[in-house]
Amino acid sequence: MTGSTSPASIGRPTGHASFRSFPLNAWYAAAWDHEVGRNLLATTVANRPIVLYRTTGGRPVALADACWHRLAPLSMGKLRGDDEIMCGYHGICYDPDGRATFMPAQETINPSASVHSFPVVERHRYVWVWPGDPALADPALVPDLYWNEHPDWAGDGKTIHVNCSYQLIVDNLMDLTHEQFVHGSSIGHDALSESEFTVTHTDRTVTVTKWMLGIEPPPFWKRNLQDRFPGYEGPVDRWQIIRYTAPSTIAIDVGVAKAGTGAPEGDRSQGVTGTVINTMTPETDNTCHYLWAFARDWCLDKQVITTRLREGVSNVFFEDELMLEAQQRGIEANPDYDFYNLNIDAGSMWTRRIVQRMIDAELGSDTGAVGAVAGHAAAAMAEVTAAANAEPPGDGGAGQAAEVASGVARHREQPTAGLMGRGL
Amino acid sequence: MAATSAKRWGRARVIDVCEVAQHVRRIVLEPEQPDVPAPPGSHIDIGVYVNGRADVRSYSVVGMSGYGTELVLGVQLARQSRGGSAFMHGLRRGQEVSITQPLQNFPLNYGRPGYVLAAGGIGVTALVAMGRALKTRGADYRFVYGARSRGLMAFLDELVAEHGDRLDLRIDDEGGSLDVGELVAGVPDGGELYVCGPTPMLDAIKAAWAQAGRRPADLRFETFGSSGRFAPEAFTVRIPRLGLETLVPHDVSMLEALEACGADMMFDCRRGECGLCEVKVLDVDGVIDHRDVFLSDEQHRVGDRLQCCVSRVVSARTGGLAGGDGRPGVVSIDVP
Ligand SMILES: Cc1cc2nc3c(=O)[nH]c(=O)nc-3n(C[C@H](O)[C@H](O)[C@H](O)COP(=O)(O)OP(=O)(O)OC[C@H]3O[C@@H](n4cnc5c(N)ncnc54)[C@H](O)[C@@H]3O)c2cc1C
Ligand code: FES
Ligand code: FES
Ligand SMILES: [Fe+2]
Repeated sequence: MTGSTSPASIGRPTGHASFRSFPLNAWYAAAWDHEVGRNLLATTVANRPIVLYRTTGGRPVALADACWHRLAPLSMGKLRGDDEIMCGYHGICYDPDGRATFMPAQETINPSASVHSFPVVERHRYVWVWPGDPALADPALVPDLYWNEHPDWAGDGKTIHVNCSYQLIVDNLMDLTHEQFVHGSSIGHDALSESEFTVTHTDRTVTVTKWMLGIEPPPFWKRNLQDRFPGYEGPVDRWQIIRYTAPSTIAIDVGVAKAGTGAPEGDRSQGVTGTVINTMTPETDNTCHYLWAFARDWCLDKQVITTRLREGVSNVFFEDELMLEAQQRGIEANPDYDFYNLNIDAGSMWTRRIVQRMIDAELGSDTGAVGAVAGHAAAAMAEVTAAANAEPPGDGGAGQAAEVASGVARHREQPTAGLMGRGL
Repeated sequence: MAATSAKRWGRARVIDVCEVAQHVRRIVLEPEQPDVPAPPGSHIDIGVYVNGRADVRSYSVVGMSGYGTELVLGVQLARQSRGGSAFMHGLRRGQEVSITQPLQNFPLNYGRPGYVLAAGGIGVTALVAMGRALKTRGADYRFVYGARSRGLMAFLDELVAEHGDRLDLRIDDEGGSLDVGELVAGVPDGGELYVCGPTPMLDAIKAAWAQAGRRPADLRFETFGSSGRFAPEAFTVRIPRLGLETLVPHDVSMLEALEACGADMMFDCRRGECGLCEVKVLDVDGVIDHRDVFLSDEQHRVGDRLQCCVSRVVSARTGGLAGGDGRPGVVSIDVP
């Protein structure tokens, strides 16, 4: 099954509860760099079982984790030589390109013996794999997460396996008003749900910007600011600039500066800046791997701060995990019900629209999901109208049916231009 | 309270169409797949087509007929309509249409000490079933039904027969206009007021409700999402950042016009509730006719943003600006 056509999502607009599809033509972070070594690491990305390892030369390899012969997981085999893997069942060996190099009980190599080798790029501390068409795997498309390994930044992170669709985490991170309610004791603040935000987007990115000026810092940020300015007790200007890159990477520029010292105008010298680096990798339609890190620009030489922040953020994310897994169960327990999307969901709605367009492009369909539903209702209408018009009304039923058909076609061409108004 | 239902589309057959008031037809539909009886306050969505283009309109379920399997609707032919209600009026017995299951955005809460239902014009369709449910349960209620004249009032005979003294008619040309202050005062403490009617009526009731210091959640209302303070006029909308400019004809919404000229627009409800289609107003020549229920009165007054799925702009003269001329309105906006 490909994630893009889970039955529940067919014909459903992207803003809906049942939408949990992912594009395949994308780089997904399969593991942290240090997790991939001279060992066999089994994982699942986009419903595809994958085994990861490193050659002695240091190059990461990602092969389909199912032997060509009888589908035994290669991750139960072992490494062989400098760069090969041997199946643990009957011993077929494969090279990093997935071609068989050794067959048991025969002197030749069966010419069709191979497993899929996924395109791999190691960058910004992650090992990225491309589950889709290898011909399209352009390394330049790997999201830029330079903070993870830049000398001006220090930080670390973890991976959380979450029993929810990756899209729910994207939704969560695109709307930080939830911090006030989910993370009240650490980073939450009343100003979060009260202050204005702006949303902008391009073909592949969405940015949500929120500034809170002259506020009392929440405990987490007060402490961070005091690392750099010991004893500072005054108000702060706080920012959250959420930058999404399709399909599932979000870098959030967060921080506080002493109030009125020019942070909104670009002078952050009186403040501290962090980058919350998030990349979500769909495992299945409703589970995912959430790789995150927190990088900071202050007190780079203090390892204790790195550890403190990593553990602190880890606790904050545990609160999200509880809520998101419960939300996923709520969605599954209420199959007849749907989201009511609000103004605060604007950022997430744009990400879902971009993802839908990527999926449509992969499927070679020119309808957005909105258009698909419009098309569905329109097609049904065309049918019933044609039936109704097969009877008299003198004005030529065929002409009317043709008119409807062209209406449907127009919908297909320009999904959102359709007037499928109210409520779809 | 109801969560938002996922829509299921199915077919229905038109069983009957008849005129029940000036410009109002009672339309009976029999769904192919019978669903649970439509709860009071629910509506269905129906596929219509307007100028050969598929579209969707919503109609409240007035009640169930037949063996409880048929849906009764009341549809008013809208003035300045894009054609949805004209399509509905053109339906003939035996024809098939696509509809959803009953959808609930306006549920009735039981167990209150008292109720007032206030219908304005065609808004009565959303309240008929509620009146019946309240009567059946022996609740204490009053049904206030206002309109410009008697001939326009659909379902009047049935309501008189059903509610007797509890029905309170307010007919403008018979000298009995609605007094919103009195209406609000008539709702007992802890009771609820259910309203469905034109925007000016709803606005007046909301203001009176707030004025009286009543609990906001006890004022329940549904809008049919199509009426404003002014009759719709054509106006121009510009997005300077994208170099776009387009005319919004009187019978097209700003959102539709922007979509048609190539702007990538966000939206969901398309009836002024959710706040997703909000655009920033940079400049306006004329007056904004806010038709949404998302922004507050104060935000409407400030006018630095609007919900483009329903709100419009009228000329300065129509808007009553001192010295305003009749040049069509122009609004400059920015979009996400
Ligand atoms: C939940 C719900 C329940 C409803 N129940 C009923 C019901 O029981 N009976 C009933 O008759 N109607 C009901 N309606 C209204 C109905 O769905 C249609 O809106 C109505 O029939 C008019 O449709 P139309 O296409 O004929 O006219 P429209 O083109 O939609 O025009 C109707 C009016 O709105 C103005 N207008 C049109 N387009 C816009 C726009 N884009 N922006 C601003 N103003 C515009 C028009 O000039 C006109 O005055 C309900 C609506 C909702 C949302
Ligand atoms: S407030 Fe958002 S899910 Fe309840
Ligand atoms: S789309 Fe919901 S308010 Fe306009
Ligand atoms: Fe969170």
